[in-house]
Amino acid sequence: MIVPAAIDWSVIVPILPELLLVGVAILLIGLDLFLPNEHQLLPWLTIVGSLAALIMVLGARPTAGFGGMFLLDGYAVVFKTICLATVIMIALMSEQFRNLIRMRQGEYYSLLMLSLVGMLLMASAGDLMVLYLGLELMALPVYALVGLHKRGQWTSEAAVKYFLTGGFASALLLFGMSLLYGLTGTTEISRIAEVISSGHLAGSSAMLAALGLCLVGCCFKVAVAPFHFWTPDVYEGAPTIITAFMSVAPKAAGFALFGRIFFFGLPHLHDHWGPILACLALLTMAVGNITALCQHNLKRMLAYSSVAHAGYAVLGLLAGTAEGIAATMTYLVIYLFMNLGAFAILMLLTSADGSGDTLDDCRGLATRHPLAAAMMLVFLFSLTGIPPTGGFIGKFYLLKSAFVAGYTLTVVGAVLFSAISAYFYLRVVRYMYMNEPVQHSSLTVSHGMHAALVLCVLGVLGTGIFPGSLLNWTVTLLTGFL
Amino acid sequence: MSIPLLSTLIFFPIVGGLSLLAVPRQQTGTIRLMALIISLIELVLTIPLIVLFDKNTHAMQFRELHPWISALNINYSLGIDGISILFLVLTALIIVLSILVSWESISEKVQEFFIAMLLLEGVMMGVFCALDFFLFYVFWETMLIPMFLIIGIWGGPNRIYATVKFFLYTLVGSLLMLVGIILLYQNGGQTFDVLKLAGQPYSLKLQLLLFWAFFAAFAVKVPMWPVHTWLPDAHTEAPTAGSVILAGVLIKMGAYGFLRFSLPILPMASQKMLMPMLILSVIAIVYGAVICLAQTDLKRLIAYSSVSHMGFVTLGLFALNQRGLEGSILQMINHGLVTGALFLAVGMIYERTHSREISVYGGLASTMPVFAGFFMLFTLAAVGLPGTNGFIGEFLILLGGFECRPWLAVVASSGLILGAWYMLWLYQRVFFNEVKESMQGLAQLNLREIIILTPMVILILWIGLFPNGLLSFMHVSVGHLLEQVHGSGLVQSAVISGLTMHP
Repeated sequence: MIVPAAIDWSVIVPILPELLLVGVAILLIGLDLFLPNEHQLLPWLTIVGSLAALIMVLGARPTAGFGGMFLLDGYAVVFKTICLATVIMIALMSEQFRNLIRMRQGEYYSLLMLSLVGMLLMASAGDLMVLYLGLELMALPVYALVGLHKRGQWTSEAAVKYFLTGGFASALLLFGMSLLYGLTGTTEISRIAEVISSGHLAGSSAMLAALGLCLVGCCFKVAVAPFHFWTPDVYEGAPTIITAFMSVAPKAAGFALFGRIFFFGLPHLHDHWGPILACLALLTMAVGNITALCQHNLKRMLAYSSVAHAGYAVLGLLAGTAEGIAATMTYLVIYLFMNLGAFAILMLLTSADGSGDTLDDCRGLATRHPLAAAMMLVFLFSLTGIPPTGGFIGKFYLLKSAFVAGYTLTVVGAVLFSAISAYFYLRVVRYMYMNEPVQHSSLTVSHGMHAALVLCVLGVLGTGIFPGSLLNWTVTLLTGFL
Repeated sequence: MSIPLLSTLIFFPIVGGLSLLAVPRQQTGTIRLMALIISLIELVLTIPLIVLFDKNTHAMQFRELHPWISALNINYSLGIDGISILFLVLTALIIVLSILVSWESISEKVQEFFIAMLLLEGVMMGVFCALDFFLFYVFWETMLIPMFLIIGIWGGPNRIYATVKFFLYTLVGSLLMLVGIILLYQNGGQTFDVLKLAGQPYSLKLQLLLFWAFFAAFAVKVPMWPVHTWLPDAHTEAPTAGSVILAGVLIKMGAYGFLRFSLPILPMASQKMLMPMLILSVIAIVYGAVICLAQTDLKRLIAYSSVSHMGFVTLGLFALNQRGLEGSILQMINHGLVTGALFLAVGMIYERTHSREISVYGGLASTMPVFAGFFMLFTLAAVGLPGTNGFIGEFLILLGGFECRPWLAVVASSGLILGAWYMLWLYQRVFFNEVKESMQGLAQLNLREIIILTPMVILILWIGLFPNGLLSFMHVSVGHLLEQVHGSGLVQSAVISGLTMHP
């Protein structure tokens, strides 16, 4: 019999970054409340808090806390880094956006922080309960963020749509998790894998139902077709900065969820979910790329493009190998830079009334603002997957890992859809470089935006020209701690 | 540690091009001059290559090997042999001339144009130097970006259609090759090293699969019939410099790809696919030539003549014997010079008349006699008159073709006759006949233009009279390549026997 000793404070060490961010979130609300004229402090505090958390995460030794419910393994570190970096970038860009649309500053930053905490929890979840808690903590602030700009014509619709579909997806996921618990008697993810393997549960129909429900839930979250229908409307309706955020961080967290359940929890069912995911990946690329072909609104085009990119990222996941997961993680890191960069340029183009995000608005951008056009060029070629940009390296690694796992036809399909995508990315280049400008409005760029853009360009080109260290980083983190 | 010559060749123009960013946009004169100087230094940098090159070995020379992406066993691996060295020199020369010819014709976004040209130069050098398949692919694809911009921004009226078509055609082909590269990597011992990948016992089925995957990329680039349709549009709409680079260097890369990758790595498949490739080549020769007869647009005619000439190149390639291969490589250089020169010349009169319609022209021989003289020589070289370089290349290719499949060579020879027909007819329509009113008072060639065309004339005649100067670079490397294709011992009869021919 063990006598309950005094509380051992060391148990909270693994979750210190999360605690720090919760503190920052509360502080942000307080600042907004008591010092309403000090708005410039908010992004600064957000960035400093996230940076501190980032350093803590990167410096942490692999540990597990709370009896295996909270894992700080290599897998978690990579996803946490992606989410933290995204929030830092978004905070850098926010200053620019605030000048355009009056948003509630305190709520904005604190919701961002809370959502970030949810994502960090998801990345670290060793238990279905923590996973679900993290998911909801991530999702609820984002619902609010989408609708933050209350008077916008489309934002309320977007928020309601997102809330309803998101809630529906969470319910399906929860149903799947409860079935998993019923079948295996545990919510601990590693135990679930053991029980399935030792109890030969892989073939049972209840298990397949659980698998299907989890799959649908996860696909909703990362917007994999045919569960992507909410994406274009929500992305288009939300304030551009939130769209940029949503297309990267919650998506990355969604992939963390995906990997935790399927790669760590259900590896023995890979024969079932691998081929299904292969079909879904192809469908996603088809839907995303082909629909993007006929979009005139840039924001909507980028929304469909992000659907397509989810399809590419699934390629690594469906391989069901450590290399595949590493490829997905690498891709998400690169995607972070190129997608945020493209959205940043879009934000520069957007005028105060929220218009200005169509193809016509980037007509002749190369003449009006050569530097912005050149940066957009880099991001677009990266999204297309042309070397020497990071997009190519990421795509290559994904294709390779799916190929090694035996999904040859899926790879060929992915390659062809990638060629189709070139058409609509290049169309933006055409409008920027090969058309005459219609109006000569100058662009105002805030300091934070400058910094974010420079970081994005460096990220895209750096990962493209010197990808070695990034690949080594993800691979060693993943295989070293598995 | 010696100087990394090849890396210098690759990165000097890239760094130089980026350094143009430091010059204010308005100072176009400075930008032009800097670009010219950089490209001239690059040309000078190729001289040590030629001097130090050892013609007696087939081994790769000037090797550079550094780990690049260690997680995937990808190396920054460079080296050249007798097959690639000439292309480096050709590229450097063509870029100098392209920059000169763009001196006045490019007046908008001048800074961007010259940066794109110099970046393109560096990347093209990389394509010819890379000995790691992944590195090769990176250069190969990167090339698309500046070329896409050069055609799309500074091209003719229909430029956007042309450049998108060019980009998509090549991208689809390249991506299929990418899948092939991954497949090869899996089966060739987890390496991208071209030298290690060659000579491995791949199964015939795998070889055929890979052959067609590579074919997708290389055939589009050459371009072989029936995937040639991007070429007339791209050639026609591109600015003069773009057309010259396309004709002079870019489309050579497809054939170079066959030489460097398909033949040595996939010898069995190359032999199995010999017939289809030869037939496609002959179709390209005849079809391209016949289409030329129907053209009314100067640049379009020359573009289709490229299809026909590149048909000869692939014919020589897949003849898979010493004469055919050497003729083919030489013909690539020749075609780069001659078609490049023709595009340069057409660009010069286009600047004066702003028309590419053949029917607009007439009687230029009396209004621009010097130009007419230059153009006559280029026409004769394109036709393959003995004494010009075109003759040597085509003659060797046809010899090789006869050794391999005589009746195909007979059909191919008809391409020469058609070639003479359409080129001389073009010359007649443009330079003779009565002098059109719009042709009166056209400015004579200025010094800059004469300087551009003169090196072409010298090279055309020099190669035509002393082909061994270039052929001697190839003998050993081509012999080695044939050993790889046929297995050693089989080709001894064909190697270097009596190839010291003079016209």
